[in-house]
Amino acid sequence: MTESNERRVVSVIVVNEASVLSRITDLFSGRGYNITSLTVAPIPDSKYSRLTIVTSGSVRVIEQITKQLHKLIPILRVYEHADLVEKEMALVKFPISDNITDINTLCEAYNGKIVNVGENVIIAMVADEPKRIENFLKIITRYNPKEIVRSGAVALER
Amino acid sequence: MQISGSQMVIEALIAEDVTTVFGYPGGAIMNVYDEIYKQNDFKHILTRHEQAAIHAAEGYSRASGKVGVAMITSGPGFTNAVTGLADAYMDSIPLVVISGQVPMSLIGTDAFQEIDAVGISRSCTKHNYLVTDAKDLARILKEAFHIAATGRPGPVHIDIPKDVTAQIAEFDYSLKLSLETYKPHIKGNPRQIKKAIEAIAKAKRPLFYLGGGIINANASDEVRDFVHRTGIPAVETFMARGTLSHDDSLLISMLGMHGSYAANMAMSETDLVIGLGARFDDRVTGKISEFAKNADVIHVDIDPASISKLINADYPIVGDVKNVVNDMLKLSSDIDSAKYKPWRETISNFDNLHPLTYHEDTDRLKPQWVIERVGELLGDDANISTDVGQHQMWTAQFYPFSRPRQFMSSGGLGTMGYGFPAAIGVKAASPEKISINFTGDGSILMNCQELMTAVEQKLPVINIILNNNFLGMVRQWQTLFYDKRHSETDLSVQPDFVKLSEAFGGIGYRVKTKEEFDAALKDAIDKNIVAFIEVIVERMENVMPMVPAGGSLFNMMLLQKKEK
Repeated sequence: MTESNERRVVSVIVVNEASVLSRITDLFSGRGYNITSLTVAPIPDSKYSRLTIVTSGSVRVIEQITKQLHKLIPILRVYEHADLVEKEMALVKFPISDNITDINTLCEAYNGKIVNVGENVIIAMVADEPKRIENFLKIITRYNPKEIVRSGAVALER
Repeated sequence: MQISGSQMVIEALIAEDVTTVFGYPGGAIMNVYDEIYKQNDFKHILTRHEQAAIHAAEGYSRASGKVGVAMITSGPGFTNAVTGLADAYMDSIPLVVISGQVPMSLIGTDAFQEIDAVGISRSCTKHNYLVTDAKDLARILKEAFHIAATGRPGPVHIDIPKDVTAQIAEFDYSLKLSLETYKPHIKGNPRQIKKAIEAIAKAKRPLFYLGGGIINANASDEVRDFVHRTGIPAVETFMARGTLSHDDSLLISMLGMHGSYAANMAMSETDLVIGLGARFDDRVTGKISEFAKNADVIHVDIDPASISKLINADYPIVGDVKNVVNDMLKLSSDIDSAKYKPWRETISNFDNLHPLTYHEDTDRLKPQWVIERVGELLGDDANISTDVGQHQMWTAQFYPFSRPRQFMSSGGLGTMGYGFPAAIGVKAASPEKISINFTGDGSILMNCQELMTAVEQKLPVINIILNNNFLGMVRQWQTLFYDKRHSETDLSVQPDFVKLSEAFGGIGYRVKTKEEFDAALKDAIDKNIVAFIEVIVERMENVMPMVPAGGSLFNMMLLQKKEK
């Protein structure tokens, strides 16, 4: 059993009702667990929503997180992913300069493109594995990004 | 039928067979109180503080095994009740607590007596609801009672805005609940149970570790059977006192911080812990890495999150302890009681070496004597509540409990002020028993206003105040670990407890000798009204044995032996 603080992705299916998100975030803060990122959206044609929570902790902590989540009344299922496909999106705002083509080419390498061109700025979108998104964000610092938004990860078990 | 939200609350309580409600009215809950006034199906007991209403409901629930019900108003009414909710949550007591809320149109405007009640109760209830439409009330009330009482029990809070209590809507309490997301696992996995039984048959020094979950599950009879069938000795947690009778030869005692030497040594020497409805609380385990170091662990619990939370379980079994023990009983023919004879002798030697006792070596009465004496005189005829502190530990150590639901105390949260209102609820639930509250001179002042409730409702709780003029447990720690710097724990300045009780219409006694105590107790029982019996006890008595916080169970501070 490893005691290192590993990054973990947990998916949670919840009844789509008032205050269900606070129940989950309260549980994390109240028991001293971390949330690295969290995404929520309704599951089509159902009364449920799906949350993807990226967290970190030892095997024991992650086991407690999943058990404690499951104890909450409006929670249907909790998956702790081992083998998964994970994607994250990022939007980046750049000042317009001579580098548009460079930026566009770079975005393409990360499943993205320029999605909006304004008078002074362009907005680029990329969608890839969270690790690759980090890489991308490192690389583009040289183009002086003005603003960066990350969506947080979503995941599906293989 | 079409009725108002308030009427729905009443109808639901009647349908749930509620006979007693504890509470305190106020602006936002007035519509409901108006309906309480009009009905004769259940009794409402007005406490004199909302916290006491919740504790009384807890006491009622613990003594009766039913869901306790309390009702309070919004804002300060609710915030006063939070300690009670947290207490019930920590000790897994099934409650339904209904609070009023400001009208929907005022929610979020910082209205008079508005507070985000569900936001506050979220972390100290099993579940909670803010009702936004009266048409949901039937379902919510029914769900609340179901959730409170099933699985790992706990308090459920329902917050109802004032306009919702006035709103007319359809009410049908015969509706079927469909809680897709809430299905407690009550049947233990047969394969795991079989493996656990094999482990028990193989073990040389197995030990039952009995917890409060057994009492919640009404499984004491089954557990008694199982213990006797196997001949395996047992330790009880604080919450499990009364699971086995005090005179059961297989019961060692309580374990943990103030557990007996034999119980803690047995836990340190065992090769197989059979945990039933216990949660390995830090007051039980001491230093985790040294706890039952040489043992495998069977852990039966209805709450999966309790299993392997602190101590890794080799045989985890999720299920209702009553079901699981019944299943285990069927398989227990291979377990040979005679095999554990040497182990039972070892434990018996531990007990002879350092028995749970005290010395009567001072002029003043010893608090332990008072508790033992009440046990001798009343035994099974009394239900015992306590407050929190030294007197609480002495009660757990020295009272001869003989049945489950005889002992009501705040174990998890450790709430001073719990005992008196709880004992009121206990008396309301089982009037045929004498309701005793062992308390201290610190604790009793935290809810002494409940004298009024007890007088008004003719609930003759006998409060035995073990007065050492100290906040005793903190003083003990200061003596032992803070170089005797008794910071703010000297309670030399005190009310006249006799007059205090008399001022409310109760009866009071101040006693200093054994004879005086016996006479006072007898008189209080005869007079049958609420009583304070103030017993002047030795000031510097410590609760022993003691495992210092974070220490190992086998490293106990022990009672000094006396030269013969």
